[in-house]
Amino acid sequence: MLHCRQQCDGNHPVWGVGELDLLQLSISGLANGCVYGLIALGFVLIYKATEAVNFAQGDFMMFGAFITIWLANSYYLGINFWVAVSIAVLIMGMLGYLLDMIVLRRMFGQPQIAVVILTIALGFILRFLAGAIWAHEPQSLEFPLAGEKITLGGLVLGVEEVAVILVTFALCGLLYLFFSRSRLGMAMQAASQNQLAAYFMGVPVKRIQSLVWALGGMVAAVAGVLFASKGAIDPSTGLLGIKAFAAAVIGGFGSLPGALIGGIIIGLVEPFAAYGLPAGYSQIAPYLIMLLVLIFRPHGLFSQVQKKKV
Amino acid sequence: MRFVFKRSYDADIGLFKHRPQALWYLGLLVLVVALPWLVDEFFVGEATNVLIWAIAGMGLMLLTGHTGQASLGHAAFMAVGCYTCVIMIANGVPFLLALPLAGVIAGLVGVIVALPVLRLHGIYLAIATLAISVLTEDFIVIAEPWTGGVVGLVAPPIVIFGLEIDRYGTPALFYFLTLAVTLVVLAGYRNLLRAPLGRAFTALRDSEISAQAMGVNIARTKATAFGLSCGATGLAGALLGFYAGAFNHETFNLVLSIQLLLMIVIGGLGSIHGAFFGALVIGFLPQFIALVRDGISGVFDLGSVTIPGIESGIFGLILVGFILFEPTGIYGRWVKLRTYFELYPFYRKDMFKRQKSFLKTERMR
Repeated sequence: MLHCRQQCDGNHPVWGVGELDLLQLSISGLANGCVYGLIALGFVLIYKATEAVNFAQGDFMMFGAFITIWLANSYYLGINFWVAVSIAVLIMGMLGYLLDMIVLRRMFGQPQIAVVILTIALGFILRFLAGAIWAHEPQSLEFPLAGEKITLGGLVLGVEEVAVILVTFALCGLLYLFFSRSRLGMAMQAASQNQLAAYFMGVPVKRIQSLVWALGGMVAAVAGVLFASKGAIDPSTGLLGIKAFAAAVIGGFGSLPGALIGGIIIGLVEPFAAYGLPAGYSQIAPYLIMLLVLIFRPHGLFSQVQKKKV
Repeated sequence: MRFVFKRSYDADIGLFKHRPQALWYLGLLVLVVALPWLVDEFFVGEATNVLIWAIAGMGLMLLTGHTGQASLGHAAFMAVGCYTCVIMIANGVPFLLALPLAGVIAGLVGVIVALPVLRLHGIYLAIATLAISVLTEDFIVIAEPWTGGVVGLVAPPIVIFGLEIDRYGTPALFYFLTLAVTLVVLAGYRNLLRAPLGRAFTALRDSEISAQAMGVNIARTKATAFGLSCGATGLAGALLGFYAGAFNHETFNLVLSIQLLLMIVIGGLGSIHGAFFGALVIGFLPQFIALVRDGISGVFDLGSVTIPGIESGIFGLILVGFILFEPTGIYGRWVKLRTYFELYPFYRKDMFKRQKSFLKTERMR
């Protein structure tokens, strides 16, 4: 599957790269793509439920990562890694809930662009807060398994990368179960498909929306933890959210699996573009793909937009 | 309270609502022309900065405020205007020709970009323009032979009929040049809004379906709006290049695009005044923050504590405040204030309240 993807996505032949290198590139790209995909998942969750596009999702990710760093790293509080991660996820969930309750609920009925600008501004504030509290130097999370290698038939993989991929897929499975089995998940689906009908059926739409924001914050926190254990993070890393946007757009803004697949596509394209294209061209590849998707399939590869019947 | 008595249909599309209003604007014009004699050189430079922001703001206001197409990528068109202007001057084109040509080229690029992305609506359009902004930044680096890549270019001195204009040497002259461009763009904008095309823009913003029903060619009108908007923004970009002196790809980064959009929101979407109010806020906010910081550190004896990035933080807070409590921006607040005094004591709190608010879904179309 990976080989097929390489052939589909890398438009240029990859010179002088052995089979193993290719596989290694794909795996590290896959790990990056998983982080993009998780951020994109947050966008799509919130967009589906509230029709608000959260431009601050990347900054949520950054903030969640910094909270975890602050809790877990030995030069800060230095508490147990897993406890720190759970606390950070909870804090980000609360932040998402409160943001929706206090700020975004007032935007009901305003034009969409107002919400866009509001979330951009929230991103500014989060970036400023992170910079003021934890300074602007890049920091990385002290991941307990860091540095260990897994050797798989000549293939050397960093534990971090494998962990990122595994956690992402586990989280997606969990989310799938949550949305398809649990009462709350069903209520969220109902509220996102038709607010009024859901309301008539006794779904507390407002609270559900806040909970979706909380879920978005939690997913962002997990993405942040994964990102920070894989590499260094600084307050402006939140701008990575734009790449996650590209992922969400490629997958179609209304589709959860699409977001993840879009993220993985972008993650895989990046390293191969860096190999096959001269410097400078490679970083535009994700945005170029996104523009092409926007132009030729405006609602993404997995679109869920219906035609309005007048 | 004033009652405007209209004697002809032309009064509806007159430049000014009534004679005193025209007099106020004349007074304002006199004030801005006399500004270099009233304040010192530093302030003249700042005023020039505000005017450049205002030109770019007018460009974006035409697109976002009046045509309803949000763009998060206008820094790209500023870059196009800036680089084309400077490259043309370097190749011997006189400034008086290069500046308008830069605007025209930026406008054409805008139309070319607009054609594929025009099918997109709302949020998708915002994302596509965002991508354009990011791509432009990278493209400037790639096109190194023309643009100087990461190193950037240095703006040559402006020469108009042998008169040399320099931002630092002759700030007053540069101010007048910017003012002239501002007035030309302003006059064009104001007249456009009175013309059928401007009405078509507004109709498009309010409802695409009803605009189409009234015979507005949606695709062509949107492309025109994009072109005109990018043209004005390109002019501002060219002036910004000369104002900054040296520029590279980072001058026109995504943050500039976002700032432009935020500026017109703070100023007030859908009014030319808004572009100017927003430009004033953007132009003077850094100075204001520095002043407040000095004041606070003077009182609490903090020494010269600087928090990096505090500007964008405060900017974000102001923005959240405006969107939550005054979505119509500074201009909307001003209109309310004016109405309060005009109608005193009959002003009521809910006079400007929208009657219904409902979620406009973008999912169905």
